[in-house]
Amino acid sequence: MKTISVLAGVVAAALLTVAMLVTSGWVRPPLETLQNGYRGTAMAQVHTRKGVAETREANVAPAAADPAEPGDELAGKTYENVQVLKDVTVNEFNRLMVSMTEWVSPQQGCTYCHNTENMADDSLYQKKVARRMLQMTQHINSTWKEKHVGGTGVTCFTCHRGQPVPANIWFTDPGPTRPGGFIARNNGQNLAAPSVGLSSLPYDTLTAYLADKDVDNNAIRVNATTALPTTKGKPIQDAEKTYGLMIHMSEALGVNCTYCHNTRAISNWSQSTPQRTTAWHGIRMVRDLNGNYLEPLLSTFPPNRLGALGDVPKVNCTTCHNGESKPLNGAHLVEAYPELTKPTETVSAAPPAVPTEAPASPPAPAPTPQ
Amino acid sequence: MAYYQNIFSEVQVRPVSPEHGIPVEVDQRWGKPFNSYLFGLIGNAQVGPIYVGYLGALSFACGLIAFEIIGLNMWASVNWDPVQFVRQLPWLALEPPRPQYGLKILPPLAEGGWWLIAGFFLTASVLLWWLRLFRRAKALGLGYHVPWAFASAIWLFLVLGFIRPLLMGSWSEAVPFGIFPHLDWTAAFSLRYGNLFYNPFHMLSIVFLYGSTLLFAMHGGTILAVSRYGGEREIDQIVDRGTATERAALFWRWTMGFNATMESVHRWAWWFAVLTTLTGGIGILLTGTVVDNWYLWAVKHGVAPSYPQVYPPVVDPLSVSPTSLPGSAP
Repeated sequence: MKTISVLAGVVAAALLTVAMLVTSGWVRPPLETLQNGYRGTAMAQVHTRKGVAETREANVAPAAADPAEPGDELAGKTYENVQVLKDVTVNEFNRLMVSMTEWVSPQQGCTYCHNTENMADDSLYQKKVARRMLQMTQHINSTWKEKHVGGTGVTCFTCHRGQPVPANIWFTDPGPTRPGGFIARNNGQNLAAPSVGLSSLPYDTLTAYLADKDVDNNAIRVNATTALPTTKGKPIQDAEKTYGLMIHMSEALGVNCTYCHNTRAISNWSQSTPQRTTAWHGIRMVRDLNGNYLEPLLSTFPPNRLGALGDVPKVNCTTCHNGESKPLNGAHLVEAYPELTKPTETVSAAPPAVPTEAPASPPAPAPTPQ
Repeated sequence: MAYYQNIFSEVQVRPVSPEHGIPVEVDQRWGKPFNSYLFGLIGNAQVGPIYVGYLGALSFACGLIAFEIIGLNMWASVNWDPVQFVRQLPWLALEPPRPQYGLKILPPLAEGGWWLIAGFFLTASVLLWWLRLFRRAKALGLGYHVPWAFASAIWLFLVLGFIRPLLMGSWSEAVPFGIFPHLDWTAAFSLRYGNLFYNPFHMLSIVFLYGSTLLFAMHGGTILAVSRYGGEREIDQIVDRGTATERAALFWRWTMGFNATMESVHRWAWWFAVLTTLTGGIGILLTGTVVDNWYLWAVKHGVAPSYPQVYPPVVDPLSVSPTSLPGSAP
């Protein structure tokens, strides 16, 4: 009996040890800690040298195409049905088209978007989407330059990375199919959901906070601003949703909470890092892009490109960041493509898709191509 | 009949006929006693008979009902898929009602009704078990130290799932039944209320919790170390101090200048354990009801230190005119 018990114990311990070692996703030491706050506040980013090297390697920006030959011919005059890049020279236009093919559809080539019999033809939905995405890129690089993207900017490659459909898009998550009736609903949480880092937090928090462009600016904030209760505060369920969104941001950027927050007072701005302001604007940017550039493409996308609930593919922090605090290792790829840094078209007939009252706001984006 | 066996002896003592202990007035013990080698490794080798009684039976039945309600709802939440049930089990939960139901006694079953029913039976089970402990302690002529210690744990349990939700006016403030979900709830609770570490009762609870482990290690270590001199008969030695006690006491007096007694160390341990959940419960009860943001409370009362700024001033972007933001709603 004693021998059997000891043997069984040893076997069980060995199996559990093996299972733990191979399944838990351990990070092998040595770990490197980069302090980013005052000492004693535990504000630090933890990485492994190998992990950082792997992430950098997985996020290399492609080389920019050779500069275009100077020329006077404008694409809008030379080619038919050019709507967004009318005022770009033909040489620049063609250079950008070649780069776009490399960035988005290197395997499929020009025919992914174009009918090669008639390049001006808009019959492929991909072309209509691409046109809107060009406007979106210009919008990001101009309107959001100061607040979020900075000198790094974005090109098609930032999200697409050589794939016609970017790897890190998302749809509203309807959750698992469940028996109806009197069975308890799961409150939209309690599944090992990748969107919230495999925690049991609400798995569709992105729909509430990143898909709705008109969401209340205070929606994410759950902390009281006074020590003692003054009004009925927000329920803990709201805190869980915010927590879920923050986990998404942390995973997307490959950073921990203290990259932006002093976690002893997580809502306090004066103790936060400047990165929090950038991230705050990033949330607004993602809402803007989803609400004003992707949602309107609902009828343009074929059904097989839509989500389980018939919603458009949407962007979140991972779509560009892909595990890095600065996408593509912070490469300033867009500088080689000045036509992507500002809205180039001057369409004024349509109602503005972006509601904004700022006096310094850019020209309204073009109407949704249909 | 004096009879002695304990864990410090590597020899497993097995009575020829099962030991039944002192005779008691009402004896509703159930099961045929047997000796187990495995149990003998960690305690007494004799297993059973167990005292059932109507309180024990009711408590078990209520506990089973709660367990089934929680488990079946978890299973249903993965569409009755047995594989997913096993894989996702740590993530699954039975959630309390949503905030809009407030303190409604029975919201729709799918909307938290099951949670209330499960909570009722679980609470009934725990309270009945407490009564059973109390009655058995009385029957054996013991003091009530164990039931009162258990009551302290029940206090925290009731504050979390019943008293605080009542004061907050909503069942949605209660904890979900689930392994990871209740942990995520705990983290979200601290985040919602501005960092529970600044709650002084949370501080006390941590002191007593960690203190309990320290006392347990010190006391367990001391008694094991002097068991070669008969130190495991520590209760005897409260009144009849032997060389084991002398040495144990001397060890601590030498190393830290002060020593507990064979009697006082058990009071230390009991109070530390009891105060862990007692203070913890008070801390939870105050959260949201009288304090809404513990960090700000700590600043107000000079508890939270301020650190030097290492970045240029960071201000809330919303405090800047919200309409000046790109893409902002008008």
